[in-house]
Amino acid sequence: MYDRPRFLPAGDRAIVVEFGNEINPEINRRVRNLYLALQRSGIGGIGEMIPTYRSLLIYYDPMQLPLNQLIDYIQEVEADMERLKLPHPKIYVIPVIYGGEYGPDLEDVARYNQLTPGEVIQIHTATDYLIYMLGFAPGFPYLGGMSLRIATPRLKTPRTHIPAGSVGIADKQTGIYPIDSPGGWRIIGRTPVKLYDPYREPPVLLSAGNYVRFVSITAEDYHKIKAAVEQNTYTLQELPVELGG
Amino acid sequence: MAVLKVEKPGMLTTIQDLGRHGFQEFGMPVAGAADEFSFKLANMLVRNRPEEAALELTLAGPTLKVLEEGVIAITGADMGPQLNGRPLVMWEAVLVYPGDVLSFGWSRQGCRAYLAVAGGINVPPVMGSKSTYLRGSIGGFEGRALRGGDIISSGVPSYPLDELVGRSIPPEYISSYNGKWEVRVVLGPQDDYFTAKGIQTFLQSEYKVTPECDRMGCRLEGPPIEHQKGADIISDGIPAGAVQVPGHGQPIIMLADRQTTGGYAKIATVISSDLWKVAQAKPGDIIHFRAVTLPEAHQAYRIYRERLQSLPTVIQILWNRKKHYRIQVNGKIYRVCVEKMEY
Repeated sequence: MYDRPRFLPAGDRAIVVEFGNEINPEINRRVRNLYLALQRSGIGGIGEMIPTYRSLLIYYDPMQLPLNQLIDYIQEVEADMERLKLPHPKIYVIPVIYGGEYGPDLEDVARYNQLTPGEVIQIHTATDYLIYMLGFAPGFPYLGGMSLRIATPRLKTPRTHIPAGSVGIADKQTGIYPIDSPGGWRIIGRTPVKLYDPYREPPVLLSAGNYVRFVSITAEDYHKIKAAVEQNTYTLQELPVELGG
Repeated sequence: MAVLKVEKPGMLTTIQDLGRHGFQEFGMPVAGAADEFSFKLANMLVRNRPEEAALELTLAGPTLKVLEEGVIAITGADMGPQLNGRPLVMWEAVLVYPGDVLSFGWSRQGCRAYLAVAGGINVPPVMGSKSTYLRGSIGGFEGRALRGGDIISSGVPSYPLDELVGRSIPPEYISSYNGKWEVRVVLGPQDDYFTAKGIQTFLQSEYKVTPECDRMGCRLEGPPIEHQKGADIISDGIPAGAVQVPGHGQPIIMLADRQTTGGYAKIATVISSDLWKVAQAKPGDIIHFRAVTLPEAHQAYRIYRERLQSLPTVIQILWNRKKHYRIQVNGKIYRVCVEKMEY
């Protein structure tokens, strides 16, 4: 982590505030805190913001908010950040059916790591994963903290079609495909929950700074949840992160 | 109200507006008109709201049949527009009648043209925008490019058509598209990933636009730009106009459909007031980058905005100077415009 954030111009209408040059939850927490503080500040001239692993991209209107004023303001907020009462992160509980037709690579992941499929599921569901950022595709979460015991290289030949909701592993990462797409991740399961639906409010379910917890469900649960999702009656379970935990 | 039927779709014709804003933090690309300047001028000519949707035509334009009377305006790239086989004037609001055929050819200059219809285009907004986002299959016309047989209906024009016909953009507002573009940039956010020689190469060379150029990014070809710390960064945000340089050293300028985050070092960002040039650069065109300071970029943006803000008044003054008549001869109505010629 840098002693003081770096301000990097990204053209005439955006600035990148960078807190460090590594993937690290503490750096990411500062990104998120600045994002939330600016969002609630209500100062005119700030547009969209894109929080990422270790930086915050801020669009601003230079006619309404001169850059030096914006930087002064960010530094003020930064100095005061620890005093801000920011909302506590939450855990999104994502139900997943593992293996079989929904997770065609579960056995390979197990074999590669000399585990049983049951152990892979146990390890994959044992961690709460920090959502560092969303990007790459609408609603795609960059998750941190997967156990190296289930790390598996990508497929040599990517699949041309991976259905939305597929849960996969790629090297040391795990993630969920929000939309149907081609890809080389090892697919170990699928969630009936829609991470992205342009016709729903909100269109994207997850947000950065919070956590994902995968829970293993049966085929029966899967179909029940899927039906509820399609009728818009499904509510994603959210838990508070336990303090000191 | 149905206005246009697509006979031939052209190379890539999509419905675009000013983009889908407010969702970049969730990984949702903005989309929207690639050349916002020409797009805004097209809407201004037909007195639409600035955020109303228009057609974006790419390199080779469509053939459209007019089904209902309306007023249209074409701006941007010159694809040799014709109305019933006769050349049609660009940068001006034109009346079209049922049965008219509007056609385009290959672009002579520029890459993208905009066709605005008085009343806008009547498609349902998705996440607050009518823009087509092709990779996500949402927005615009069923989330896709137009095809033969599609029927595009307009909304209700805000003004009587008589008060729109003949509105034109003064020539001094129309830039020349000669295939060589000087594009101003602000260095950063990762200019420290490049050697001094790399930055010098970037600023002193000519880069050719490759055929692998789309709404996501304009890929260029020229002397390779030398990295100092490698091409990969920890993924961060990508604004419009960001110039990414992957490992091969060839720059890519990110446009409307860019992904929101990415892991290649960005040597510079094209300033807002010059981004339209990149959207109009067609394969084979030459781009030359010039670095400006941030205060210079802000000054350029101020001028750009003021020009756009003053333009509706200028268009109206120009229109008021002309006399417009409707004349009936043998039961047929003729529209006559009398304009003072300067010699």
